[in-house]
Amino acid sequence: MIRVKGLSKSYGSHTVLKEINADIMPKEVVVVIGPSGSGKSTFLRCLNLLEKPEKGEIWIENTQLLAKGTDIPKIRAEMGMVFQQFNLFPHMKVLDNITLSPVRVLGRTPEQARTKAMELLRKVGLESKADVYPASLSGGQAQRVAIARALAMEPKIMLFDEPTSALDPEMVGEVLGVMKTLAQEGMTMVVVTHEMGFAREVGDRILFMDEGYVVEEGKPEELFGQPKHERTKSFLSKVLH
Amino acid sequence: MDFRFDIVYEYAPLLLKGTLLTIWISLLGILFGSILGLVIGLGKMSPKRILNFPASAYINFFRGTPLLVQVLIVHFGVVPAIYGSTNSIIAAVLALSLNSAAYTAEIYRAGIQSIDKGQREAAYSLGMTNRQAMRHIIIPQAVKRMIPAFGNEFIVLIKDSSLVSIIAVPELMYWGKAMQTQYYKIWEPYLTAALIYFILTYSLNKLLGYIERKV
Repeated sequence: MIRVKGLSKSYGSHTVLKEINADIMPKEVVVVIGPSGSGKSTFLRCLNLLEKPEKGEIWIENTQLLAKGTDIPKIRAEMGMVFQQFNLFPHMKVLDNITLSPVRVLGRTPEQARTKAMELLRKVGLESKADVYPASLSGGQAQRVAIARALAMEPKIMLFDEPTSALDPEMVGEVLGVMKTLAQEGMTMVVVTHEMGFAREVGDRILFMDEGYVVEEGKPEELFGQPKHERTKSFLSKVLH
Repeated sequence: MDFRFDIVYEYAPLLLKGTLLTIWISLLGILFGSILGLVIGLGKMSPKRILNFPASAYINFFRGTPLLVQVLIVHFGVVPAIYGSTNSIIAAVLALSLNSAAYTAEIYRAGIQSIDKGQREAAYSLGMTNRQAMRHIIIPQAVKRMIPAFGNEFIVLIKDSSLVSIIAVPELMYWGKAMQTQYYKIWEPYLTAALIYFILTYSLNKLLGYIERKV
């Protein structure tokens, strides 16, 4: 569903991604782990071109994103993204946050968008928050709204960029719970996270990144059970207690 | 010191007329300045050099030279070159508009750039084009932050509009000077003019505070 070939990206002389290759299958949950600064967020942000890579190819189904003339907004509309900092629109009520893009980008009628939004809010357990402004939500609630907002576009793929890193510990569970449900429903997901428990339980495949390389990848039981590379071992020994 | 209220009283109708003209040219200055400033501000934010270079040059020129000089250039140079003869009120409004455009351009730019980049990224990730992100996400949030700066610019413009008395625009300062010339008095004309300017800017300040709290 997503195929990445030889993806490279640098900021000035600092190379953050070095010849990354990856394949993501439909309905697969791929979890990207690795130390800070390993390039995992940059990799994820390249997938919907929030970062422009210098080299390589990104195929989403039959479209090469980095080819000239690609309709980038259209590609992005088919991919949901959830950010570490939520990035809800503070000047709009929760419901309007969710309905804006379906109406403006997909051309849904306001009624259709509203019905869908309420359905999604029910799914993330926040029906009662439809008419409040984001400022009055807790971090966990804000992130669940952000997930609902992304789902309202009916994406084929969901990208999660450290979705729980900005949350108070007691709110991590509610967000991971929503993500787990989504995975069980068959959503194709790429998740950058430090939540090893989630990676192990929900991930179909783990990519371990370090210093801009995908060092190792495999099924969770393989990667967590018998890591092959020294760097993977050393990272896991630090994060698994 | 005997303060001659009688000559202030005598000049009151002219000072009132002058005050109204001051308000008018300042209003037109901020209005046209804001429109032109938007174009220049967007130009300055453009990554294209063909757009951002002229915008930067414009802003540097109008912020880097005295308004008084600009007023004289527009009055004796620009307006005659366009109309064949000059008209002091048109020259005044034009000079104030051109000048305030440079400042409002920077207000727009600062307001738009003050919005967290995550907002734009979220809009893009939802499939919005650059134009849609600007219209629905960035500008509505930026406008709120621009209000105080616009208020300040309007207040500065009201005070700076006194400079156009030099090209004989019959605004408030012009009548103050006329009064001084006729009676050889200092305190009466200038304190009166100062008081009127103060009333204008102070009430505008209060009004802006009220608007800010409302928005």
